[in-house]
Amino acid sequence: MCGAHLREGGAEMTEGLALHWRLLQPRYNLIGNVCRTCGQHYFPPRNICPACRRRGVIEKFKFSGEGEVYTFTVVRAAPTGFEYQKPYVVAIIKLKEGALCTAQIVDCKPEEVEIGKPVKMVFRKIMADDDAGIIRYGYKFKLKI
Amino acid sequence: MTDVAIIGIGITQFGEFWERSYRDLITEAGVKAIKDAGIDGIEVQALYVGSMTPGLFIQQEHIGSLVADNAGLTGIPATRVESACASGGIALREAYIAIKSGIADIVVAGGVEKMTDASIEHATDALAGAADQEWEAFHGVTFPALYAMMARRHMLEYGTTEEQMGMVAVKNHHNGAFNPNAQFRKPVTLEEVMNSSPVADPLKLLDCSPITDGAAAVILASRERARELCENPVWITGSGQASDTLALHDRKSMCRTEAAVKASKVAYKMANVSPADLDFAEVHDCFTIAEIMAIESLGFCKLGEGGKYTEKGETSLKGSMPVNTSGGLKAKGHPVGATGIAQAVEAVLQLRGKAEKRQIDGAKVGLTHNVGGSGASCVVHIFEKEVRK
Amino acid sequence: MTGIVGYGAYVPKYRITTVEISKVWGGEGERIARGLNVHEKSVPGLDEDVVTISVEAARLAIRHAKIDPKDIEAIYVGSESHPYAVKPTATIVAEAIEATPDLTAADYQFACKAGTAAIQTCMGLTKSKMIKYGLAIGADTSQGRPGDALEYTASAGGAAFIIGEHRTVADITDTYSFSTDTPDFWRREGQDFPRHGSRFTGEPAYFKHVIAASKKIMERNSLKPEDFKYAVFHQPNGKFPLQAAHMLGFKKEQVEAGLLTPVIGNTYSGATPVGLSAVLDVAEPGDLILATSYGSGAGSDAFIIEAKDLISENRNPDPVREQIKHKEYVDYSIYAKYKGKIKGVYLQKG
Repeated sequence: MCGAHLREGGAEMTEGLALHWRLLQPRYNLIGNVCRTCGQHYFPPRNICPACRRRGVIEKFKFSGEGEVYTFTVVRAAPTGFEYQKPYVVAIIKLKEGALCTAQIVDCKPEEVEIGKPVKMVFRKIMADDDAGIIRYGYKFKLKI
Repeated sequence: MTDVAIIGIGITQFGEFWERSYRDLITEAGVKAIKDAGIDGIEVQALYVGSMTPGLFIQQEHIGSLVADNAGLTGIPATRVESACASGGIALREAYIAIKSGIADIVVAGGVEKMTDASIEHATDALAGAADQEWEAFHGVTFPALYAMMARRHMLEYGTTEEQMGMVAVKNHHNGAFNPNAQFRKPVTLEEVMNSSPVADPLKLLDCSPITDGAAAVILASRERARELCENPVWITGSGQASDTLALHDRKSMCRTEAAVKASKVAYKMANVSPADLDFAEVHDCFTIAEIMAIESLGFCKLGEGGKYTEKGETSLKGSMPVNTSGGLKAKGHPVGATGIAQAVEAVLQLRGKAEKRQIDGAKVGLTHNVGGSGASCVVHIFEKEVRK
Repeated sequence: MTGIVGYGAYVPKYRITTVEISKVWGGEGERIARGLNVHEKSVPGLDEDVVTISVEAARLAIRHAKIDPKDIEAIYVGSESHPYAVKPTATIVAEAIEATPDLTAADYQFACKAGTAAIQTCMGLTKSKMIKYGLAIGADTSQGRPGDALEYTASAGGAAFIIGEHRTVADITDTYSFSTDTPDFWRREGQDFPRHGSRFTGEPAYFKHVIAASKKIMERNSLKPEDFKYAVFHQPNGKFPLQAAHMLGFKKEQVEAGLLTPVIGNTYSGATPVGLSAVLDVAEPGDLILATSYGSGAGSDAFIIEAKDLISENRNPDPVREQIKHKEYVDYSIYAKYKGKIKGVYLQKG
C-alpha cells in the first residue's frame, strides 16, 4: 500500500507520487505492450505476456487512441473526488489494436453514448489530490464526430 | 485423506452497528460456533479468518493474531485470508484443506467486516481496492459501475431486462424477511426496485447490496472427530477455487464469470454431483446482475437465460432451484469478509433442517458461491447431509 | 529563415452567452454583447486546464507538422492561469508529446502575450541553430471576477506553434516588441481574480503598445497596411482590434479572418495565437500577415509572417473555425461549477 493512506474527516486515498510517475507514459500516451511472439497487444501494460509467459518477447507499443465503446455506464453515485463530475460516463473501450481499457467518456451527454460508437483519446485531468497536492492527468475518450 | 464436516456454526446479526466493534463481532460469531459445536475452545487447532480490508476500514492489520487473541485462542496458528469479497469463502477452503490434508482435525473458519466506522465515502473507496486501482479505480470506476457495464453487455447479448434484474432483488428481500439475522427484513416490490435512485445505469439502489457490519464462523472437523462430537455434521464434499484477470476489461467475456465456471466444475467433480442434484444454492448477489450471471455460470440454466429463469420463479423458495434462501447479500447484507462464511452457515442450517420459514423441504445437497471483486476470484463449495462413498 | 512548421489550436466545447451572464448581474445582455462585440465565450470543462489545452494544441501541431517530437528541443508555455505556481506546464506537455528528455523547457507569464513571447524565444533558438524545432504555446483558462466587465470575455483556449527552419508553412520574417511598465491590469500572487484600471486599459495600454509595435515593424520593413492580406491583433473584446486596425489604416476585411473573440471570448495568452491559427487556416502562398499581440503590464510583440507554398499543400487537419462549430451551451450555474467559482468545488479528493 505504499503511498496510499486514508485520512479521517476528509476524503483522501491517494496514490504515491512515484507510482503515478512510473505510469506517466501509459497514462499520457497510451503506451502499452505488444508480444512479438504471439502478436497480442496489451493495454494497460504488462510485465509478462499471459499467453506466452516465459516464451513471450514483450515490447513497448504506442496505441493510436482510436477505438469504440464496448460497454459503458453512467455513474450517478460517485467515489471521493468525482462528485462534481456526476453524472459521468465510464466505459470499457475496445482499442483499434485489440486491447480493451477502462476510461471516462467526456464532452457529450450521457444519452449520446452507445455501444459500438467510435471514440478517440483525449488528454484530461483525472484528479488532483487536494488544494496543495499534485494534479494527475491521463487518458479519457470522446465520441468521434 | 479424511472427509471434512462442519460441526458448529455461529453468526451475528448483520446491519449497521454503532456500538459493536470488529473485535466484538468476530468474537461473538466464534463463541457461538464453538458452543454450537459443543466443544471447548482449547480443542481448536487452527484459525482462518476472511476479512477484506480492515486496514482501510479500521487501520488494522495482523488480523489472524488479533482474532485469536480476542477469542481466547492465542497460541494456535492464525491466518487472515484476503481475496476481496471472496475472503470468507477462501478462508473456508483453507480450513477445509487443513483438515483434508490431515494437518489438523478441528479448525475454525471465520469471516468479519466492520464497514461503518469510516464514512460511506471511505467505505466506497476502500471497496474499490477489489478492482484494479491503477487502471479502473483511477478513472472513477465504482463497483456498481463495473457490474453495470457487465449488465449492459448481458442486456445487449442476451436481452436481459432491468425488470428481470429487479426480480432478483424482490425474491431475495422476500427471503430475507424470514431470516432473523438479515440486515433487511421487509419485502420490496418490483416497482420500488425500479424506482429506487440510480447508482450506475442501469443499476439502481435496490439492485445493490448494502454496506454492512457482521461476522460468521464455522467449526470444521475431520471425519473421525465429527462422528465423535456431532449428531448431525454437514459434509463439505466439494471445493473449487479459481482466479481470473483483476480488471474487468481484461476478461474473455463480460457476461460470464469464468472463475465461477472453473471453480464450480472442480467442486461438482469432487463431490460427484451436477447442478440438477442441488436442492438450494447461496450465490454471490453483490448486485442483482451478479446473481443472474452466477446461476448461468454455475450451470443452473443456459448461458443468457438467467433473466428468464429468474422471471419464471425457478430460483424462488418454491422453485426448482431455490437461490439465496438467506436473502442473499442483497437482503441479508454484505459484510465483505464474512459473506463466504455466512453462506456456509445458511447451507448448514438448510441441511440440518433448521432454516425455519425459509426451509427447503428434504434438502440434502447445497452449494455456496463466493466471488471476489468483479469476478477475479471465485470459490465454490458443495455441502451434503451425508457423505457418499 | 525561421518560421512556423506546424500549428494547432484547441478551444473547449462549452459556451456561455453574454446574455446568460448578464441575467445574473442585472445588465442588459444584448446591449452588453453589442458593446463588447462578444456574444458568447468558451468555458473549460471541469477536467480541463491550461495543461490539457496545451497538450491538445501541441498534439495537433505535431500532427500538422509531421515531425518527430523528439526533434523538439525547446518548449515554452505562456499563460496567466498555469495550474501550478511552481512546476512547469511545459514539462507535462513535453511528456505528453513524447519529446522528453533532450530539451529545455520553461513557463512564461506576461498577461496575454506570454504565448507570443514564447514564439520569439523559439525563433531565436532556431535561427541561431541552437535547436532544430521549438514549441511555443499560448493558452489560458482565465478567471473573470464575478460581475466585472471582464467576466463577459475571459474564456479558455490556446494554440501551439512549432517553430523551425525546415519545411515551414509560413516564415516569420521579422519580430519587434514594444515593452513598458504600464499598470493597466494585474493579479497579485495568491489572488483569485485580476484587477484592472478600467478605461486606463485602453489608450495608454492596449492601443499605445499595439499601435507602436505594429507601426514600427511595418516601418522598418518598408511595408504599408495595403501590403498585407491579413492582420491579427490581440483581441480582449470584439471592438479593440477593429479600432486598432482602423487607426493603423487596415480594412475590416483584413482583420475578420483572425477575429475569434466575438464567438469564443478572450483566450488571453491564447488570443493572438488562436487568431493567427485561424488566419493560417485560410492563408494562401505569398500572403503577408501582420500579427501583434498585447500583454498587460505591458508589451506588444509584432510579427511579419509570409505564407509559403507548403501552406496550401499541408493544410491543418483540424482548422479552428471547424472546431468551434461543435459547441454546447451551459447556464451560469454550470459555468460557475466548471470555472471553480463555487467554494469547495474542484476536481480533487481532499
